[in-house]
Amino acid sequence: MIKKLLVLLIVLATAWVGLLAIAELPPYGMPDNPVHNQVSERYINDALEETRAMNMVTAIVLDYRAYDTMFETIVLFTAALAVVITLKTDKKELGDGEEEGGR
Amino acid sequence: MRDFILKRVAAVILPFVCVYGFYVIFHGHISAGGSFAGGIIVGLSYIAFSTIYGIKKGRAKMPDKVLTWAESFGTLWYGIMGMVGISRGVPFLANKLAGVDLGVPGALFSGGLIFYIGLGVGIRVASTMITIFFTLMEDDRENAA
Repeated sequence: MIKKLLVLLIVLATAWVGLLAIAELPPYGMPDNPVHNQVSERYINDALEETRAMNMVTAIVLDYRAYDTMFETIVLFTAALAVVITLKTDKKELGDGEEEGGR
Repeated sequence: MRDFILKRVAAVILPFVCVYGFYVIFHGHISAGGSFAGGIIVGLSYIAFSTIYGIKKGRAKMPDKVLTWAESFGTLWYGIMGMVGISRGVPFLANKLAGVDLGVPGALFSGGLIFYIGLGVGIRVASTMITIFFTLMEDDRENAA
């Protein structure tokens, strides 16, 4: 019982700290938020000139953040690899297993 | 699913779906969409085909060799495109810095390397979807048989 109360206290304290941090956040969508810094300004003003791609999202994904996207494709590769390793049953191997089961 | 209406409708629609997927991949830097969305659409056309016509016919449309090749070559193609920057003495995956001809905004061959990188990513996404689906589907059928 004491242990449960202690756990509850710790959880509430952690939640309180988290809520304090959230209360310090700037209001959502205000123009002078720290999110709207020189990075997004640079993208909006110079993306067309620097990449000559009309779709700014593609310009960011495949040019400014190309390194990130490269490893995104490796994540896809890993996903396919995991599925194939887990589920692919070799025909020959399967036949052998059935034979052994028969014996 | 061996429904007559479904088969006929799929025969009319699915080729256009596949072509539309490649359109989205190739026009990723001009209009909405991009290589990820286009790759999903191309993969979906094959997935729908194998769902409606059966996995055997689906596998005949996309041979294992082609699938393995696309699966392995997509990321490698990305790396090769990155090496263009290194060969010109600028950072990996550089586009404008590498001195690639960027073209006019709005033209199909604009944006320098973005077009080619997008093609690699699109093939990659499509082959991943098809591989995962074929693997899952095949296992099911083997268990049933």
